[in-house]
This record gives sequence, structure tokens and C-alpha cells, in this order.
Amino acid sequence: METEFLELKDISKSFGKVSALDRVNFYIRGEPEIVALIGDNGAGKSTLIKIISGVLTPGSGEIYVRGEQVDHWSVAKARAAGIETVYQDRALVVQQTIARNVFMGRERTGFLGFVKGRLQLAEADRLMRTIGFTSKVFSSDSVVARLSGGERQGVAIARALYFKADLMILDEPTTALSLTESEKVFDFMRRAKEGGTSCIFISHNIYHAYDVAERFVVLDRGKVVLETDREHTTAEQLVKDMQEIAHNNRHRSA
Amino acid sequence: MAISEERSQHPADESRGPRRGIPSFIDKNGRALSAFLVFTVLMLVFLIASPQVFLNPLIYIAISRTLPMFIILAAALVFVIASGEIDLSFGSIVGLAGWAFALTLQAGLSPYLGVLFAVIVGALAGFINGLIVTRLGLSSLVSTLGMGFLIRGLINIGTQGEGTPVTFLRDTPFYNTFIGSIRGFPVHMLWALGFVALSLLLFNYHKFGARISCVGDDLESAREMGINVATIKTLAFVYVGIASAIVAIQFTLTNQIFYPTSGESVLMVVLAAVFVGGTPGWGGIGTIMGAALGACIVGVIASGIVAAGIPHLFTEFFYGLIIILALLGHKLNGPRYRY
Repeated sequence: METEFLELKDISKSFGKVSALDRVNFYIRGEPEIVALIGDNGAGKSTLIKIISGVLTPGSGEIYVRGEQVDHWSVAKARAAGIETVYQDRALVVQQTIARNVFMGRERTGFLGFVKGRLQLAEADRLMRTIGFTSKVFSSDSVVARLSGGERQGVAIARALYFKADLMILDEPTTALSLTESEKVFDFMRRAKEGGTSCIFISHNIYHAYDVAERFVVLDRGKVVLETDREHTTAEQLVKDMQEIAHNNRHRSA
Repeated sequence: MAISEERSQHPADESRGPRRGIPSFIDKNGRALSAFLVFTVLMLVFLIASPQVFLNPLIYIAISRTLPMFIILAAALVFVIASGEIDLSFGSIVGLAGWAFALTLQAGLSPYLGVLFAVIVGALAGFINGLIVTRLGLSSLVSTLGMGFLIRGLINIGTQGEGTPVTFLRDTPFYNTFIGSIRGFPVHMLWALGFVALSLLLFNYHKFGARISCVGDDLESAREMGINVATIKTLAFVYVGIASAIVAIQFTLTNQIFYPTSGESVLMVVLAAVFVGGTPGWGGIGTIMGAALGACIVGVIASGIVAAGIPHLFTEFFYGLIIILALLGHKLNGPRYRY
């Protein structure tokens, strides 16, 4: 049996009296895959990915990376383990070049801290090609402000890939993007997977999620209520399931 | 979906593509180039208005007495402004560092030790500015204004408003190292060129300059990517402090006396030089070459107006005119990425 890349067992997290996650089990396979986290606002999606990326510590539960249990999980440990996060605001500096964005905070330097500019440009160019940016239109010394929303997301994704991430977490990567732009982002994710990187992404749009992800994990009020994959469901069925969950919620709270 | 196919249906997108050669050079240096244009036009106007003055090397020797100070301070200030802050205290730091230099001489110590002392004091003042802004979280606009008054006040109290003559240094090797001349070329101008070269390297090619731009561009993004934004901003203030100390030495030696008011007159002029030079006020971008050219512009106006026989009462009017025109030019010239 293959070892999972990441496994979360019985993870619970509460903020004061509010329980955000309640004994959640979650895993990412050893083979690259794209997993969609779906659920209503407040379902616990963001809490879950923050725990995976090390921003939040779980109240209880166990985390395993490549089969080995880890403790004192942190952002630094997550990064060292090959887990990169693409933040919702993308963490870009738009007046700077693509290359400067990719290497922000971890510049490739040589003599006395001078930046290896050409090396950075070449590396950034290579990364952009890997995820499907056409080299004809942009070069890595183009300024990010000239890129569209989807392309900017691509820069953030390229940056996450630079350090050979095994798992990339994307927090609502297509928020405020048009359909074409969203499609671009999904394409970047598919390329990343082909290159050996798994992706977890949060989405509100089930059709979007169905389009790109192979596996779907539905959270509701801190619990995993549905786990399925593309072979076992259709987008329509998924929408129906979601409506049912929402309906039950209303019913219960009424 | 193939992105390239979609693109090819929109030939307009070609204009966003990478440009090479001369268009690329103009694209990347637009702000410095428009400052150069302003400088060239200004020189032409002066040459046409009074050729007998502006074809005579004497005017350039006169200009070169104050110009290096403007250039050094303007180049350093680009770092603070590109980091998203402002420093209004550097004029007072010039005074403070000059005072430190004068005190060392009064104590009978070597003037070289005085330079070291002045640089340490300047750097320390910048460091305190940086701490106030990054650790206490005060606005740099207001806190450095306050520091400017505070430091000037300390100098006035400490010196009782009395100057310290340093005439005995004249024509010593020390004096010649800082403001003498080599075959008629003023040494303090060499210092200014050296400082511009250092600033260019740091700002455009060093990790420090890259991080300054990132921090000034988007503080949160820089922080999320692991940049220590407080350290970077503090270092920018320290850099201005060191530049102020170098200027303090030149200023004191040029006048052969340390005045408690040293540096008071440079504040507005240097700020004008930076903005005329094309560094915008919102942070994230800056141009060292532009700042140096901006310093030349304001330096030439000051000396040129008097030399051309225009009453000096017109000086400030022309400053204002050039500043507004230059800013308008930068706005029309370059795209303003701000969102």
C-alpha cells in the first residue's frame, strides 16, 4: 500500500466555545492529485488549510507526513516538508517584475548579497513555462501590474512551485476572477500536478471544483460530511448533495 | 485550454509583451529619462538666456560647491521613499553630525576620528528614526518632522547658537581628501559620484534594494513572504543618516565653520530633487539616477538664476514651477501602477 503524503487524524479545533473542526480526518495521496475543499461559509475549510500550512495549531489530533507523525507543526516545518501556501491576496508586489515577485524574500544572491539577476530571470522564465505561461507574451522582467488577475495568480503559483513543493494549498484562487481567467488558474494547477505537485483548493463554485479536482471533500459545521471522487459522482449530483446538506441545516436550526 | 491560442486572437496583447533594446530601455528608465529631459531643457534655456555666463566654467565651479550635498542626500532619500516612508529630519541630522565633527576637533582629536564619530552619530539618528516608525508604529511623516525639530533644538541648546570655526583644517591633506580639487575637478563632486554609484548598485542590484522596493510596494505581501519589514525600513533610515553625516563634513569644510543651523536650508530642496527626479511618493519604485538629475536641476536653478542676472527673489518661484511641471511630465510619461 502506498504511503499517503499527508494524513490528518481526528483533528479538532475550537476558538473559545465555537468548535471550528470536530474530529476531521483528511489525507493527500502520495501520487499527485487535486483535491477540492467545498463547504459553506464557516464550515471550517479555512481552519483546515491553516492547520495544514502550520498557521494554526490543532486543539487535538495527529498529523502524519509521509507516514511519520509530526509534532509542534509550524509554518516553517510545513515549508520544510514541501507544503507551500498561495494566499488569497496572492502576496504579490505589483509594481515589481515577475522575477522579483517569484524570489521575494529568498533572492538568489552571490557576492556580498548582490542579486543574481540573470539567473533569477531565467529561473522565473522556466517556471512560467512549466505552468503554461506563453513565453512570447510575457517575460519574467514584465511588471506584474500589467498582468490579468488569472496571470497574477499564476505568478503566485509559480512562486510556490519554485521550491519543489509536494503540496500546494490555494485559498479560493478564483475569487473575483472571470470564467476565462479561472480556467487559466485551473490550467496552472493541472500543470503543477503534471509536474508532481498535489493541490488542495477551496472553492465555492461546485462546477469549477468538478472541472479541475479529482477528489472532493465537503465540510459542514466542522465535520467532513461527504467525501467522493470524480469516478463516483457528477457535478449535478454534487450540487444536489450540497443542497441537501444546506436543507438539513436549515431544518435543524429551525 | 491553450492560453497561446486565445492570445493570438488579440493582437493588442502584443503591446504588453517583452520589449527589447531601446524600447525596453525607455520602458525601464522612463522616470530617470524624463528627469534628464527636464535638465537638458533647463540648461538650454539658461544657455540661450545668458550664454556668456553658462559657457564660462566658473559658474559650474560655483554650482559644484552645493550640488554634491544635494546629490548625496537625494540619492539616499530614494531608499526611504521607495520603502514607503518619508524622512523630514535629515536636515537636522546634517547639523547633528556636523556638531559631532566639531566637538571631536574641539577636543583636539584627529579630524579623521571626527568623520568616524559624525558617521556613527548620523547612523544612530537614522536608527532611532527607524525604530520610532517600525517599532512604535508612528507615521514617518509626523515622527521625523518631530525628530527634526528635536535634534535642531538639541544642537541649539548644546551650542548656545555659537558656531565652531574649523579654518585650521584648510589645505591640510584631510581637507583636500574631502573638498579639495584634483586638476581643477572638485573632489566633493567625486564623493557625490561615488555615493551615487554605491546607491545605484545597492538599489538596483542588491538584495537590500530589491527588498526596499517590495516593502514599499506592498507591506503585507512582503511580510507574508518572510521579509523582515521593520529591519529593511530601519536600514533605509540609517542609510539617510550616514549620507547626512557625509554632507555634514562637506558643509562644515566648505564654510570652514560649523554652524548650528547646518543643513536647515537643504530639506525642501532635496525633497524637491527626489520628486522632480521621478521617484513617486507612494513607495515601491524609485530612481537613483533620477534623484541625482533632480539634484542637478534644483542645483542649477539656484545658482543659475542669480548668475543669469535674474533677481534671486525669483528663485523660489522657479523652483515651484519646475517641480509642478516635472511632476506633470512624470504623470503623463509613466503608467501609474497603483492598485
